[in-house]
Amino acid sequence: MTDDSETVVATDPVTGEEIDVPADVEVGEIIDSPITGAELEVVAVDPITLEEAPELEEDWGE
Amino acid sequence: MSDSLTVGILYSRIRRDEKLLLEALRERDHDVRKIDVRKERFDIEKPPEAFEDVDVLIDRCLSTSRSLYITRFAESYGIPIVNSAETAQVCADKAHNSLALKEAGVPTPRTEVAFTKETALEIVESFGYPCVLKPVIGSWGRLMAKIDSRDAAEAIFEHKATLGHYEHKVFYIQEFVEKGGRDIRVVALDGEPVAAMVRSSDHWLTNAAKGAETAEFELDDRALELVKKASDAVGGGLLGVDLMETGDDYTVHEVNHNVEFKALDGVVEENVPARLVDWLEENYAEGEQ
Repeated sequence: MTDDSETVVATDPVTGEEIDVPADVEVGEIIDSPITGAELEVVAVDPITLEEAPELEEDWGE
Repeated sequence: MSDSLTVGILYSRIRRDEKLLLEALRERDHDVRKIDVRKERFDIEKPPEAFEDVDVLIDRCLSTSRSLYITRFAESYGIPIVNSAETAQVCADKAHNSLALKEAGVPTPRTEVAFTKETALEIVESFGYPCVLKPVIGSWGRLMAKIDSRDAAEAIFEHKATLGHYEHKVFYIQEFVEKGGRDIRVVALDGEPVAAMVRSSDHWLTNAAKGAETAEFELDDRALELVKKASDAVGGGLLGVDLMETGDDYTVHEVNHNVEFKALDGVVEENVPARLVDWLEENYAEGEQ
């Protein structure tokens, strides 16, 4: 298992700045931007590419 | 070592729960296929290529509407899916959920449904205050209202009737249960508990998603019986059964079909995702279906 503290650099799609993200992220995973706090979706992992995540919808849940 | 499974994980967002499940499946060398439902086309004639040769699909869609359609399509294609379309249908809607529990003889809070705000007001007046208004579709404690007075009831019903989606015009009203500041979440596989936790809060809502404190909970014989009956009532599968303590018994207020288990996995000794994989191996390996 990847060490949780291991990170790689990716580009924040909102600000264009470089941010650290966990190295073991999966496509489809959501991370919080350390700059804006916005939810970002991992859309590719080689290299790690991020997009703004879809907003929460009313029928989401368990 | 059991036979390797090809498991299709249907998702639109990988939560911590899905990540735990993916890790547990990969650790046992199962072939895991992540299928982003946003990118798939569902033909009534034939399954999408992504479904080819999967032994079992696991519906982990966050969206209830997607879940309802995907489970139905999977069954039409003849592909096993966890959970079944029937289970998704019953659990997705709180009124269906309540009816299934009642019909199975599982104690569940007194509940009535009305279709107009005037009739909804009659219900709350007869229930007395406080009582609880819930959206028939929804989760994580969102849009739940504890109604403390007639004035509050009138305002809430007016807002829902005017501003809401048509589903908000179905008024699902439930008695307020004095649950001692906590409820119980059980993750169960075909009615067999994997583990349970209590969720405690000073707030009347005790959802983990609302920040409730969680701790492991040991189920007694009565709770075990009710979990099994509640699971059977909705068609079984991988479920989250929610109970409240009522003093000398329990009441089951909900069964969740797309259960989140990360909070439970964090507080119990049991390895929850590993148990899920055990169950998949037992039920979906070649010759087990």
